[in-house]
Amino acid sequence: MLDLDVCSADDILMRRNSLRRQLMATEGLRELRIAVLGGSTMDHLVNILELLLLSNGFRPTFHKGEYGRFYEEAVHESHELAAFKPDLVYLHTSCRNVVNAPPLTCSEADLPGFVEAELNRYREIWDSLEQNVGCQVIQNNFEMPANAILGNMDSVASGGHSRYLAMLNLAFAEEAVRRPRLMLQDVHTISGHIGVRNWFDFDRYFSYKILLQPEANLGLARSLNSMIRAIYGKSRKVLVLDLDNTLWGGIIGDDGVDKIQIGRESPQAEAYTAFQEYCLSLRERGILLAVCSKNNEDVAKSGFAHPDSILKLEHFSAFKANWEPKHLNILAIAEELSLGVDSFVFVDDNPAEREIVRSQIPSIAVPEVGNEVTRYAAIIQAGRYFEPASLSKEDLERAALYAQRSQVVAQQAKFANYGEYLDSLEMTAEIDTFKPVYLERISQLTNKTNQFNLTTRRYTLAEMEAAVADPNSIPLYGKLSDKFGDNGLISIVLGRRTGDALHMDLWLMSCRVLKRDMENAMLDAVVERAKARGIRTVVGYFIPTAKNAMVRNFYAGLGFTAAPPDPALPEGSTVWELDLAMYVQQNTHIKVLEFANA
Amino acid sequence: MPEISPDVVLAQLQPIVQEALNEPGITVNRSSNANNTKNWDSLAHIELIEMVESHFKVRFALGELQDLKEVGDLVDLIVEKTAAKG
Repeated sequence: MLDLDVCSADDILMRRNSLRRQLMATEGLRELRIAVLGGSTMDHLVNILELLLLSNGFRPTFHKGEYGRFYEEAVHESHELAAFKPDLVYLHTSCRNVVNAPPLTCSEADLPGFVEAELNRYREIWDSLEQNVGCQVIQNNFEMPANAILGNMDSVASGGHSRYLAMLNLAFAEEAVRRPRLMLQDVHTISGHIGVRNWFDFDRYFSYKILLQPEANLGLARSLNSMIRAIYGKSRKVLVLDLDNTLWGGIIGDDGVDKIQIGRESPQAEAYTAFQEYCLSLRERGILLAVCSKNNEDVAKSGFAHPDSILKLEHFSAFKANWEPKHLNILAIAEELSLGVDSFVFVDDNPAEREIVRSQIPSIAVPEVGNEVTRYAAIIQAGRYFEPASLSKEDLERAALYAQRSQVVAQQAKFANYGEYLDSLEMTAEIDTFKPVYLERISQLTNKTNQFNLTTRRYTLAEMEAAVADPNSIPLYGKLSDKFGDNGLISIVLGRRTGDALHMDLWLMSCRVLKRDMENAMLDAVVERAKARGIRTVVGYFIPTAKNAMVRNFYAGLGFTAAPPDPALPEGSTVWELDLAMYVQQNTHIKVLEFANA
Repeated sequence: MPEISPDVVLAQLQPIVQEALNEPGITVNRSSNANNTKNWDSLAHIELIEMVESHFKVRFALGELQDLKEVGDLVDLIVEKTAAKG
C-alpha cells in the first residue's frame, strides 16, 4: 500500500477513492467529528486529510462549511456547528481572506490599528466557537503574500503586506498562548518549506475557489494529521537508533573506536556530530533515545566513550547491541520502557534493516532516511512524528483517549517467518574462485575485517596470489546483491587441502550481510568443490581475538562437530570438523549463479 | 508523444473515471456527462480533470474547461492537446 507519509499528491490523486475504500474497512478506528470552515473550497484538503486520519486509527466524519463563509458560520450560525457536535473545528483562512490590510500609504502610527481590526474579527470567531461549540479549535496563521509588491520593502514599510501579515501572525501566536482551546497551525513555516510559488493555484481558485496546489494541501493535511495525533496522545515518544553509519561513520567493530567518524576532524565527522546534536535536542524536549545495533555490546558502548561523542551512554533509555534480529530487540525495548511500539520511530542507514523492522512491526514508524547522514534530521522532521500538543492542552481527556489503542492499518503483509523475509529480499550470490580483478578487494577485505573473521589471518597481495596459484587451495569469494542493490564482494573463504581434508585457513564476511544465510551458500560452494576433489572432511578453526566473539560458535551453527584442540594455535582456539559424506545443501534463500569453472 | 486516437483516449479514460467517480464498475461513452452518469458531481469533476491532466501530461486552460459538455468533448480535447505537444 501507498506510504502516505512520503508519497506525492499525484500518487494520492490517482487512487484516492480506492485507498479510501481499503482504509475504511479497517476495524477499531476511533470516531472523530471534524468541522472544517474555510476562506476557500476545502474539499480537496478534506479528502487528503481523511485518508491520513484513516491510516492513523481515526474514522473522521466531516462537516464542511461553505467557502468564504467562515465568519458567518462561526459567529452567527454557531448553533448549526454545535448541532454537528464536533470534536474539533479546523478554521483555514489565507492571506487572501484578510479584509483589514493597510493601504500602501499607511503610517507607522496607524499600522497597529489595522492589525487590531483584523485580529478582532478572529477574536469574535474564536470566542463564539469557545462559548457556543466548546471544542478544540485549530486555526492557521498566514503565508506570505503571492506578490510582495514592494519587494524587500514589503517586510519593512508600514504599508507593506508582508510586514502586516508577520504582525498578524505574531498577534495570533499571542492569542493561542492565552486560549487553551486554540491551537495554531504554522502555515507560515509550512508554506515556506513548500515555497510560496508552489503554494497558490490561481487557475483552480478562479475556477473552483480551491486556493492551494495539491502539494500544498498535502502539506497542510500532514501537519493537521500530526496535530490531531498529538491532541489524542498519539505522538511518538521514542527514537530508536542504529549505530554504525547512523550515529557515527564507519563500523566500530572493524575500525575500532579511534577510527569512527565523529567530532570535527572531517566533513563526515562533523555531519555525524550534527546528527547526534539533533538527537540530543530531541531528548532534551522529552523524546526517549534508544540504541538497537548489531554489534557486541561492549564494543558498541565504547563508541560513546569517544571524546567527541555528543551523545553519552546516560542519554539512552535502552541499549540493545547484539546479533539478534532488530525487530526482536525493538519489541524488547518497548517492553523495557513499558511503551507501545506504535510510539517508536526507528532510524537505520541499512535499507534491509528498515524493511524487516517495518514489515515485522507495522505500527512503528520507519522513515526512509537513506544513508546520507546530512539528510537524516530533515527526513525525520518531515515525518512530524514527535509533534507536541502544548502543555495547556493536557487537560483534555487523555486517559480515555489513551485507552483507545491505535489500530494502525497493517500496510504490508507480515512475514510468517525469517525465511520468508529472506526470500523477499530476492538475493542473488556470485560465488567463485578468486579472480585477478577482485584480488585487490579480497586482500583489502581480508585485512580489515575483524568481527566476522574466524582466523583473522592477514595476507599480502602476493600471498593471496600464491594461494590462488596453489593447486591444493580452494579460494572462494562471494558477492551478494538483493532488491536494495549490490552489496559487492562481501565474503572470502580459503581452504587448503592436506590429504582428504580441507583446512579452512580463512573464513570471513562483511557484517553488512549478516544473517542472510550467505555463510550457508559459501559452505555449499566449498563442499561442492571439495567433493569434486575427493575430499572427505572440512576442518574449521576459530582463533579468538578481541573483536570476533560473534563467530565463536560459527562452525557449530553450520553443523560442524567439535574436534580436539590444536596445541599449535593460540589459547582458546577451537577446531571443528564436517564429514562430507552426509552433507545436505544448506542455502535455500539465495539464488547462486553458476559458473563454468565451478 | 505519438498522436493518440480518440478510441485509445476513451479506453484510457475508463479506469480514471471509475476512480474519480468512485464507481469501479462504470463504463462511459462519448455522450456520457454529469447529468446521465452516477456520482458525477462537481467535486468528482474537479478530481477527474486533475487526474486526466496528470495521466495524459497535459494542462487545460480555463476557457477550455468551460466548453466541455460531455466525455466526447474531453476526448477530443485530450487528442488535440497531446498532438499539439508533439
